[in-house]
Amino acid sequence: MEWRSRTSEEDKQFSHQSYYRSLMRKMMATILLVSITPLIVISASILYNLEASYRAKAMDYLQVLVKNHRNDIDNFLEERLADIKMLSTFCTLEQLSDEEFLRQQLNRLHSTYPHVFVDLGVVDGDGMQRSYAGPFKLASADYADAQWFKEAIKKDFYISDVFMGLRGLPHFIVSVRTKANGRTWILRATVDFEAFNSRVQTIQIGATGFAFILNRAGEFVTKPRVGIANVSKYSKQLIESADKDSEHVYVLEPENGADAPTLYVYSALKGGDWVLVYQQNARDAFSVIYRARIIAGLIFAFAVGCIVVVSIVMSRNMVRRIVESDAQKELMNEQVVHAGKLASIGELAAGIAHEINNPLAIMMEEAGWMEDLLDEEELKDSDNMEEYSRALAQIKKQGKRCKEITHKLLSFARRTDPEAKNVQLNEIIAEVINLSEQRAKYANVKLVANLAPELPSVSISPSEIQQVLLNLINNSLDALAPRGGTVEVSTRAIGDRVQIDLEDDGPGIPEANLSRIFDPFFTTKPVGSGTGLGLSICYGILKKMGGEITVNSAVGVGTIFHVSVPATQEEPGTPQDPLLRQAAQSAN
Amino acid sequence: MTETVTPLQKGKRILLVDDEREYVLILAKRLRRRGFQVSTAFNGSDGIQAMRRNDFDAAVVDLKMVDIDGIEVLKVFKRMAPEVAVIMLTGHGSAQAATEGLQLGAADYLSKPCDLDELVHKIEMACQPSHNG
Repeated sequence: MEWRSRTSEEDKQFSHQSYYRSLMRKMMATILLVSITPLIVISASILYNLEASYRAKAMDYLQVLVKNHRNDIDNFLEERLADIKMLSTFCTLEQLSDEEFLRQQLNRLHSTYPHVFVDLGVVDGDGMQRSYAGPFKLASADYADAQWFKEAIKKDFYISDVFMGLRGLPHFIVSVRTKANGRTWILRATVDFEAFNSRVQTIQIGATGFAFILNRAGEFVTKPRVGIANVSKYSKQLIESADKDSEHVYVLEPENGADAPTLYVYSALKGGDWVLVYQQNARDAFSVIYRARIIAGLIFAFAVGCIVVVSIVMSRNMVRRIVESDAQKELMNEQVVHAGKLASIGELAAGIAHEINNPLAIMMEEAGWMEDLLDEEELKDSDNMEEYSRALAQIKKQGKRCKEITHKLLSFARRTDPEAKNVQLNEIIAEVINLSEQRAKYANVKLVANLAPELPSVSISPSEIQQVLLNLINNSLDALAPRGGTVEVSTRAIGDRVQIDLEDDGPGIPEANLSRIFDPFFTTKPVGSGTGLGLSICYGILKKMGGEITVNSAVGVGTIFHVSVPATQEEPGTPQDPLLRQAAQSAN
Repeated sequence: MTETVTPLQKGKRILLVDDEREYVLILAKRLRRRGFQVSTAFNGSDGIQAMRRNDFDAAVVDLKMVDIDGIEVLKVFKRMAPEVAVIMLTGHGSAQAATEGLQLGAADYLSKPCDLDELVHKIEMACQPSHNG
């Protein structure tokens, strides 16, 4: 049996623990869900919007940049063409055919735009250079088969692609076709490639952003810094999509899953012959976004960490409190059950006491009757007369004991309230001590009263509280009896209650008995000398009047009973009035 | 103990009303031995009948009876013969009922089981002229 009961107790404990554990898990999950979900939604939406707007802004910036540079380069080419056009318009063919004049013009151009024009030359309709001013020895070069010449002879003005030409250096030609003396001439100038190249290369943003120009054949017009391999992959796509006649700036973001996604911003220039391409690593172009992402991620991770910690701490604390309050509730339930048990025992006992009263009365009367008869003369001389008398006296004595028991039982369970009135506890205590003085003297006990002055009055039945106090003092006296000692009764007001402390320096109550001393019939006194009802009667009386009784005891040190009763809510002084008290007493 | 027989109580007519038959009989025996004239009734209605037929100096009425409650019997007695002193017998638990009895005109009360001398004393006291008015 013991084994079984223990395991069932353990099972209960275990199921409690698993219940609390699952409760804690649920709380934690709820807290996490409730706090992290909105965090995710909010941060994701903020990050998304931020990214979108920043991306749009960055893209706009790059497009404006490319557009401005395209315009800049277009303007540069237009201006160089205009320079040459001006020469051919304002100077006669004779003048231009004079190399000295041509050199003067070149110098003038040099002084106006340093490092732009390399040389000037006049070429006739057959491709023969008639005059030349410049650093190279090209005085009578033949351009009849040159690609640029073939194009230039067809148009009024022409700007060539970059080529190596006769001089073996990258350059391009700006030419204007004129007609003089019935013949077609071409005035051509070579533009310094390095100057032009640097103009394009100045577009340089971040670590990976740079610009270059492609011609329609997909060849580089300017030197790109890096990334040729990638560019050649998309150059065709870039050239085909750039509308010749449009000034639109295009964006190409190939989604090829490459580890370094690249961004192309491009626009057609030079009437669609060339395409200005700006290339940048997307990660570099949107570095702010990536940085923001990392920061947001870190903040998010930190917040989640905090939430996890808080949820663990919070759910632990909450479960701990629930455990505590559950334990308290259980304890209270036990107390309620105990109180109920006391009440039902009391009722049962009262019923029994009542039923026993009548037979007991008859028995005692019959014994009395026999005593009456023994007085008659003829029996006085009987041998056993003394024994009869003793037996009858014993019957009466034991009958009285039974009567005491039934009466105590009935007071314990008494439902009807004897009238309560305003009383001064100090006075009642003084009376009770007075009453007990004689007994205390025999028990070699010193009774000490330590009463607080100006104690608020309490509304209780004086006889009942007297009974309680007498019971408690008698118990103490019994406990101290052979050896003697001190019993101290003290009073004090605590809030709206009055407390009586009854302390003795007796042997104390063992802990095992402490929880049972208010149970009816619980007694440690020898059989016959105690009913085990004294304290349960005290308990019942005090409960009924809204009071409380508790006990502290240490074996070998002593015992202290705390009795507390609610004070009357009345102006002080009235109950102390001796006349009123007297009147109240006589009215009873 | 038994030397309490005095001329005053000689011939005093007492009515005992209690539904505990054995108790009434033994009490009657003991009281008669002390010189009282005792009539007995074993329930409330018999008690009322007895009171109607005879004159009594005092009545001893149990509070708890099966047919008519002792308090009701007391009320009837007080209407029929206000000069008869009534002593209530109670269990200890019914102190309030005893108090109620006193308020309704009972001369005194005693809790069962009671000491015969005490009962005799109370009857004597109740039959004093000062208590009878």
